[in-house]
Amino acid sequence: MIIAKAEPRGVFDVEQIRTDFPILGRPVRGRPLVYLDSTASAQKPQSVIDAESRIYATEYANIHRGLYYLSERATERYEAARRTVQGFLNAKHSHEVIFTRNTTESINLVAATYGRRLLQPGDEIVITGLEHHSNIVPWQLLREERGVVIKVAPVNDDGDVPLDAITGLFTARTKLVAVAHISNVLGTILPVAEIIQAAHAAGARVLIDGAQAVMHLPVDVQALDADFYAFSGHKLYGPTGVGVLYGKEELLNAMPPYQGGGDMIRTVTFEKSSWAPLPQKFEAGTPAIAQVPALAAAIDYVTALGLDRIARHENDLLAYATEQLTAVPGLRVIGTAPHKAAVISFSLDCAHPHDIAQVLDNAGVAIRAGHHCAQPLMERFGVPATARASFGLYNNRADVDALVAAVRKVQELFGQ
Amino acid sequence: MSDDLRDLYQEVILDHGRHPRNRRMIEDANHHARGENPLCGDKLIVFLKVNADGVIEDVSFEGQGCAISTASASLMTEVLVGKTEKQAEELFANFHALATGGEAEPSDELEDEMDRLSVLAGVRDYPVRVKCATLAWHTLVAALKDEQKVTTE
Ligand SMILES: Cc1ncc(COP(=O)(O)O)c(C=O)c1O
Repeated sequence: MIIAKAEPRGVFDVEQIRTDFPILGRPVRGRPLVYLDSTASAQKPQSVIDAESRIYATEYANIHRGLYYLSERATERYEAARRTVQGFLNAKHSHEVIFTRNTTESINLVAATYGRRLLQPGDEIVITGLEHHSNIVPWQLLREERGVVIKVAPVNDDGDVPLDAITGLFTARTKLVAVAHISNVLGTILPVAEIIQAAHAAGARVLIDGAQAVMHLPVDVQALDADFYAFSGHKLYGPTGVGVLYGKEELLNAMPPYQGGGDMIRTVTFEKSSWAPLPQKFEAGTPAIAQVPALAAAIDYVTALGLDRIARHENDLLAYATEQLTAVPGLRVIGTAPHKAAVISFSLDCAHPHDIAQVLDNAGVAIRAGHHCAQPLMERFGVPATARASFGLYNNRADVDALVAAVRKVQELFGQ
Repeated sequence: MSDDLRDLYQEVILDHGRHPRNRRMIEDANHHARGENPLCGDKLIVFLKVNADGVIEDVSFEGQGCAISTASASLMTEVLVGKTEKQAEELFANFHALATGGEAEPSDELEDEMDRLSVLAGVRDYPVRVKCATLAWHTLVAALKDEQKVTTE
């Protein structure tokens, strides 16, 4: 099933949308919640919560195993969700969609299978300076084991990684390019279509870490010609415990299994086992039976709202928040690339990010302070940490106003 | 601002956070250690000059951190001068108890010092901030034991 990407009509009524998210109606520290940490994990609409509990309440059994009604129903739900993800990413085949635990596992899967089997000592992997630790460390582990070389494309002062900073690193030994679609710290949107085209021309494969992208913009893996695309359900308003790895059929077929166990084999004898076809080959053991259909519900939810409309709403918030925050004296926005998603990292002259987050929390405003699992990027900008406000489809201008008012309180408290 | 926040960020803390005392290097230190809180990226170094009788003659720190960790380091250096290593360890144990919600039971001679440190007791209500307040102290203990590095993880 391919879900049409036609844009739904009508206005984007954020106040109406907020009522879909029960947690937004719950007071935190005695105040209405102002949730500005969707980049770390997004809140869930009632339809996602219901989808998960409905499985447990009415259709739960192990999948792919039982010759009885409940198991067949659960298996159908699970496989229907795979087709929903296929449509969402516009993959050619549903068996190119592998369910994992999260983005981290998706990337580790590629490193452990494609990396170990198909890369040789001295082969080069190109990443960028803005990667999340989960798109750095798996390659370092592979480097220790296989002697591959990691090259890092530098981030410029705006927080951008221009195309030529990446392509300038390409050599005859470049075999894999692994880059974030959107930075979780800076919000920078990388030109992944151009990166993929250039990498393919240089004979390299490309993995896109889409953890921060799928909720902000429509992704078409065929149009992009991506070789691998990874994302997490929990950042897409879906459940925890389920992620996705998209891989091209020919690549997935050429790769050895990731983990051994139940469900991933065709036959097992003590001499030799043969692998199940895709996608089961990569889904050893009992998967997230209740969460996978709930991920489909999350995809249905954002698809019904329309990613284009969500992006427009978030871009409007980003522009408003950037304008309001930059008007605060002593505030520095880190990450000013022209193409940005709704993520704002900032620092204040007078206060450490930890103190900023503390005062904001006291005002009911939840933001993140820290290195955001991107320590090399912190070093690049010469800060130990940043404060980060990130926006989801349910945020509104009142959230921005609460943020800015709380930031001014920080200044009152800590300013000299 | 709410009272909760005032309890955490008392005037003394804000003052020491803005104007930390003894933030400098001791050239002829005979102990030092690095401390790091990986959660927030804060790093500091504690320098100590301890004489032959085991008395702390000078103590200082370097590094940048949040208001809580900076104020805690600053206050620590103020209360430690003239104390023996043993008293420093007793202060650490008591401060740790104070910050984590336990009972501080200092001996009489250290009561004044504990009084000064009690402005940091507000962190006990904020589990993630406890590490900010105790980073300098953990680093101090590491320096006394001549361990080079400590993290709060
Ligand atoms: C860009 C990016 N990549 C990867 C991840 C890892 O996602 P997960 O923790 O869901 O595996 C994150 C999460 O913050 C991220 O922002």
